[in-house]
Amino acid sequence: MRRESGGRIDRSRVLRFTFDGRELTGHPGDTLASALLACGVRTVGRSVDLGRPRGVFTAGAEEPNALVRVGDDPMVPATVVELRDGLEAWSLRGRGRLTPGAPPAETRHDKAYLHCDVLVVGGGPAGLAAALAAGEAGARVVLLDDRPELGGDLLSSRTLLDGAPAPDWVSSVAARLAALPEVRVLSRTTAIGYHDHNYVVAVERREADGHTARRGGGRRGLDGCRLWHFRAGRVVPATGAHERSVAFPGNDRPGVMLASAARTYVNRYGVLPGRRAVVFTCTDSGHEAARDLAAAGVEVVATVDPRRDGSLVTGTLADEEGVLTGVVIGGGTGERVVACDLLAVSGGWNPAVHLFSQSQGRLRFDETLQAFVPHLSAQAERSAGACRGVYGTAAAIADGFAAGSRAAGSRAAGSRAGGPAGAGERKDFRVPGCDEPEQNPPAALWTVGGGDAEAFVDLQRDVTVADLVRATGAGLRSVEHVKRYTTAGTGAEQGKTSGATAVGVVAGLLGVEPGRVGTTTFRPPYTPVAFGVLAGRDRGSLSDPVRVTAMHDLHVARGAVFEDVGQWKRPRYFPLGGESMAQAVERERRAARTGVAAIDASTLGKIEVVGRDAGEFLDRIHPNMLSTLPIGSCRYSVTCGTDGMVLDDGVITRLAEDRYLATTTTGNAATVLDRLEEWRQTEWPDLDVSFTSVTDHWAVVAVVGPRARPVAEALVPDVDFADFPFMTFRESRFGRVFRISFSGELAYEINVPRWFGAALWEAALERGAVPYGTETMHVLRAEKGFAIVGQETDGTVTPQDLGMSWIISARKPDFVGKRSHSRPDTARPGRKRLVGLVPDDPGETLTEGAQLVASPGDTRMLGHVTSAYPGVALAMARDVREGDRLVAFDARRGREVPVTVTAPVFHDPDNTRRDGLPPDVRLEPVKGYGARSALGGFSARFVAARSSGVTIREVPLVPMGEVRGRDPGEGLRLGPDWWLVMGGPPGVRHTGVPARSGDAGAAGAADTVGAAGAAGATGVDVSAQRAVIGLSGPRVRDVLVTGCRIDLHPAVFAVGAHTRTLLARVPVVLHRTGPDVYLILVDSSLAEYLAEWLLDALEGL
Amino acid sequence: MQLIECPWCGPRDEIEFRYGGQAGIAYPEDPSALSDEEWAGYVFMRDNPRGWFHERWYHVHGCRTWFSVRRHTVTHEIGRDPESPRREEFG
Repeated sequence: MRRESGGRIDRSRVLRFTFDGRELTGHPGDTLASALLACGVRTVGRSVDLGRPRGVFTAGAEEPNALVRVGDDPMVPATVVELRDGLEAWSLRGRGRLTPGAPPAETRHDKAYLHCDVLVVGGGPAGLAAALAAGEAGARVVLLDDRPELGGDLLSSRTLLDGAPAPDWVSSVAARLAALPEVRVLSRTTAIGYHDHNYVVAVERREADGHTARRGGGRRGLDGCRLWHFRAGRVVPATGAHERSVAFPGNDRPGVMLASAARTYVNRYGVLPGRRAVVFTCTDSGHEAARDLAAAGVEVVATVDPRRDGSLVTGTLADEEGVLTGVVIGGGTGERVVACDLLAVSGGWNPAVHLFSQSQGRLRFDETLQAFVPHLSAQAERSAGACRGVYGTAAAIADGFAAGSRAAGSRAAGSRAGGPAGAGERKDFRVPGCDEPEQNPPAALWTVGGGDAEAFVDLQRDVTVADLVRATGAGLRSVEHVKRYTTAGTGAEQGKTSGATAVGVVAGLLGVEPGRVGTTTFRPPYTPVAFGVLAGRDRGSLSDPVRVTAMHDLHVARGAVFEDVGQWKRPRYFPLGGESMAQAVERERRAARTGVAAIDASTLGKIEVVGRDAGEFLDRIHPNMLSTLPIGSCRYSVTCGTDGMVLDDGVITRLAEDRYLATTTTGNAATVLDRLEEWRQTEWPDLDVSFTSVTDHWAVVAVVGPRARPVAEALVPDVDFADFPFMTFRESRFGRVFRISFSGELAYEINVPRWFGAALWEAALERGAVPYGTETMHVLRAEKGFAIVGQETDGTVTPQDLGMSWIISARKPDFVGKRSHSRPDTARPGRKRLVGLVPDDPGETLTEGAQLVASPGDTRMLGHVTSAYPGVALAMARDVREGDRLVAFDARRGREVPVTVTAPVFHDPDNTRRDGLPPDVRLEPVKGYGARSALGGFSARFVAARSSGVTIREVPLVPMGEVRGRDPGEGLRLGPDWWLVMGGPPGVRHTGVPARSGDAGAAGAADTVGAAGAAGATGVDVSAQRAVIGLSGPRVRDVLVTGCRIDLHPAVFAVGAHTRTLLARVPVVLHRTGPDVYLILVDSSLAEYLAEWLLDALEGL
Repeated sequence: MQLIECPWCGPRDEIEFRYGGQAGIAYPEDPSALSDEEWAGYVFMRDNPRGWFHERWYHVHGCRTWFSVRRHTVTHEIGRDPESPRREEFG
């Protein structure tokens, strides 16, 4: 029933909504719950197990009863749903359901990262005071409040502050906060988790204010939630308290409501939740509710306070619908029945210690307040107001001022923002005069009437006192066990209304104090969060960073089927005209074995190892000798962990006296680089050696097959192929050429800066090379018996197990892992070793992972299949010899396949094919390669995405070098001894860099500055390693905060600042070149992913 | 999400780092001189205290510096390692 006047609703506008199909109306300012009550809806749902009718019980996020489905949201408390025109809601039976197969919601959620000195959670009297004190002391403050309007409980009471209604004080504080540039107030924002090191996560609901306004214009607006991640110097939880009920029989009927909720509906929403009320209260606040109900015109027929005369509500009466029609009052004054349609209950107050407890703070039970309150802090936080057990408006404001002042005053160490330093306690914060009476302690009353099966403790989970009696009767003593046995506190509201009551009842049953029982663990999230909110924009094509090579678009256009290798997209095979994978692979394989084929090998990790001690360092890491490698030569090597097991493999080339290039497997590139840094920095800091990743600088095409030479010659015509032995490398004006082979065939791996990769690939294919993918590559190498790290090896395999004893230098006293090779376990006979397998049926493809046994039915496992292709397989097996007959047991297909053990080399064991066929044709030599910048394909979209807020562009083809060890006197310093110089540092040779940025025609004209390997040159050309994205405009930081975790405050990350960090989960160099101008340097292979991510961010701006 | 103080970059979120295990385990001077048991001790055995732990971190997505901190394995409180360099010492 709506009151004639009063409340913070706009009666001039009518909002239409439906509930279970019924057409109803409410007003702006209503929640769904207040509108339902105003329309006289008493029963809003049924309980989850017992199906009992239930009504609105609270006025906040702790609601256990009034759970409804609203639109796509399967379950949400009606007490927090802001009413809007056209809203459709349906009642539930205690639990919502997702619709299987429903299309993903269009709602756009995102994330943001923000740093502050002081984070205040809760916009009630304590939180407002804390935010004001901290903000006016100069601190960077964020104030979170979960409701649309600041004020908290002050909006629900009739308290006068300095003789004026409390909302006036709220408005004046809000105005002072709004005037502070370093204070940010986020309404409709619920802090859901308080994690390590003052990391607080919160959900902002933006749909209510943006839903209709931002839908126009064809752009997807931000109408969903934002998941905020705050890192705060200090946190002030000011989250208030939750009122609790009493477990008396029939306490769940529609019409029974918390006293504070009844008061809120009357005062804040102008709704009468009943006509004729009984108030059952153990607290003084219940009497205030009774007064407010009476003042609003509700007939309060009885106020039952056990502190006064021992009287209690001992039962309720209901009509045939189950709705409240009266209460039974018993106890000290004898039993009587009173007719009523509203029972307002106050069993006491529970400080909302959820965030405090999540922060690992410890609670104590306060006997006076009959409540758990914060005791020992574990982090830099200080609760304020009711959540600390400080009740009453004036006391809460004073406590908030103290907490805010202290938080701002102690921020000096943590704060790096500008503004005046915190001055500590400020004297000019005056606590307003308040007309509230002194509060008396509550009654210690948890339950009425013994083990009643209708006395509900947890309304949402239908847990009664009888259930708790059963639990303790079964011998359970721990409240955690009782919770799991009875499910009390496991509903969506996680025990906010029931937890303390359960503890009190259990304590009574066990005959101990509630403080001895303790609470169950408070875990995030404080309120339920949809998975879509946690995902944010990390969905679909943005769900994980994707790395692509320079040739990716060409592969796509050619119809390649891709596979994921780490984050890389690699072509697996290139089907032609409806070929199956087997057919395509056989065709590709034949080309590589009999003609010429090409593979995009750009994804292999590439690390330049530079320095006087580079050879010595590599000798210490690798089993074979690399310091003696002649300049211009290549050598295969592996690396082991200290445990002696194979970690990775690759080819090492000596480029110059003090300069090597080491390749790694695609998936291990980052791990290998990290490990090299670890050994250098932590064990051998005296060695002069540095490591620079050039993985994304070079695009690589391997030209493979007996007829590879004419194609390779045409691609790099300045290289003398007549004198180009196996395992050597040659420099070209276009790049580098390595004669190495992963197939057994003649092969040249041609490296050019990534800008020219697409042109190189096309030129190779135009000259007859057949493109092949990773599947054929695997077949070719398996036929040659080459192991793949991570396929044949699994962290338990030594080089010796792979048959590579030859790789271990006898001349070296030590290398990482050597000592482990003589441990008893690694040195013993009978270890699994690499062998070949041939199935009896040559058309058979074994299953990778199949177990090997000696004969059918045997259970002693001799090994397992590691790689399998038609007719051939590799395996790791023990105690077997060539010619042994085994059985491969394929559990998945339930088959036993007879096989014969062979040597692990199936193809050309004598390496006769390595030099290919004599060249018999001369193909047209390439004169130059056209350059293509990493984001060349995005220019039109970048232009289209420009707005007055933010402009995005690529800065294409910027020459760059990395310098280690010695300060080049220019460039961006990325680490203690690491510089990135744009424009080309001295001593770095830039291969094939166009004379002018974007001047593709000049490609191939090497802009040689000095010579690689010249004395003193420690620079490495990384021109094509990174793409450069320029982002500018007044809203540029609004874009960056959605994916960058560092503190971007303009005074902290000042103009000129630069750093390596993560943006959109991608490592970047972020460089602020102007007040609103940022350059983002990103590895070229990740540039397209980041560009898509930025465009998506701009769309939601 | 722990906040870890990189000696070069300052405090950063844990996600920018890679964990490096116990600090202060030096590579033995002459591994061949060690018994199997001593070598296994170096390779495999690490402390696992309930309390303060001296451990290494690597700022992989930042300045690529390996450094060590003292961290409490229960409270996750992090204290500076007095032997770890300070920003100003890098020059």
